[in-house]
Amino acid sequence: MEGYKPVILQGQQTNDDEILEKSPPIDASALGGDSSVIIMELLQRFKVRDVMKRKVLSVPRKASLREAQRIMRESRISGLPISEEGRLYGIVSVNDIILALDGGWIEESCEDHMATNLVVLEAGMPLSFALRYFNNYSYGRFPVLDSNRQLVGVISQRDVMRALLYELSVEIRKLERKTAAITGEGEPAHNVNYFRREYAVVRNDLSSAGHAANEIKKLLKEHKVDRVVARRIAVAAYELEINICIHSHGGILTLVIQDDAVTITAKDRGPGIADIEWACRDGTSTANDWIRSLGFGAGMGLSNSKRVSDEFEIKSEVGKYTRVTCVFRLNKQAEGAAQ
Amino acid sequence: MTLDEVKDAVAGNVAVDVPEAQASCAYASDLLSDVMGHSGEGAVLITIQNHLNTIAVCTLVGTEIIVVCHNREIPPDMAEAAKREGVAIVTTPLSQFAASVALSSLPPVAR
Repeated sequence: MEGYKPVILQGQQTNDDEILEKSPPIDASALGGDSSVIIMELLQRFKVRDVMKRKVLSVPRKASLREAQRIMRESRISGLPISEEGRLYGIVSVNDIILALDGGWIEESCEDHMATNLVVLEAGMPLSFALRYFNNYSYGRFPVLDSNRQLVGVISQRDVMRALLYELSVEIRKLERKTAAITGEGEPAHNVNYFRREYAVVRNDLSSAGHAANEIKKLLKEHKVDRVVARRIAVAAYELEINICIHSHGGILTLVIQDDAVTITAKDRGPGIADIEWACRDGTSTANDWIRSLGFGAGMGLSNSKRVSDEFEIKSEVGKYTRVTCVFRLNKQAEGAAQ
Repeated sequence: MTLDEVKDAVAGNVAVDVPEAQASCAYASDLLSDVMGHSGEGAVLITIQNHLNTIAVCTLVGTEIIVVCHNREIPPDMAEAAKREGVAIVTTPLSQFAASVALSSLPPVAR
């Protein structure tokens, strides 16, 4: 039996906004009508290509349904595009495979049994289009074509959701900062060397965890903070970032660099810690097996952050929030270097 | 120790090549929080944690070479991140203990 290897296609970033001009205007009612302004704006601002997966598996038309089945099973996907040199010919779905197994035509070629009446999205369309398509059709994903009708990606509801959640957390962060400025928690005017940066941390998004800590480490380097101190700060930032990610409903990591100190603050939106003393003890944790299998959740996060900090404070209210503040004193030498 | 020397010592393969990567000491652990807390600048990390977060931790503690034991496969996102951050990865059929023995000429992390 011939072993077709799936063709892996890497979509190109092309500018095909001209599609927009040919597109009908957005219909707000398709989104439920009462979507908040921020979400509406995000759905407009984002294009399908910003969110879609660019890595697409596909097989040529002559591949057998059995080959398609194997690739779908191995890659755990429920629909396989049939394409040749970027041109999309059809899609074979799990349903087609089941029918073929049942009807005895699993050895026949995809060409003869694939769905050819396809609903596709275009890369330059706003995300609101994608959402409307998901509403109107029962498909879990859509192939994405560029303006030259070349297959450049696949978009699923999950991709849309993830992008929206991430962007929403960024928007919320901006709002919180605005509120903080109004209530006077903002930047003190007398301190000349004051630098503040905030990072949204999303719940359970372990693949992005460490991003903020890494950025912070780079910023500390830019601000010429002593290497050894910078490393301690980065350790605390990473531990706190991971904590927000695996234990909370999400939150914000804040970096403040001043003349004489660097402060890392991690504030989340709950669920809060009932017994802080217990939580800070080395080796105590409420993490689940999944987190532990990745090498976290050993109950060292808070104690690690505490150990590297010069000042450490933790406040929490069950059902509301947890806020951890780590302060790092900058010695004279580092101060001198920063000026 | 250079990347090539580490690779030869553990009879491994270079999965992500960073030719200038160096190691001056070694640390073995599968617990990333433990690595964060106790590993040091310039240590080669001996571990079985073959995922993205390992790279994040190594970048933060200043590790330039990771030895992944039991020939665990390196997922593409991990390899990409390693390349981007300049962290070399060596895979070896050895266990953590055997790899540690093989690299015993390196001192433990100085505390």
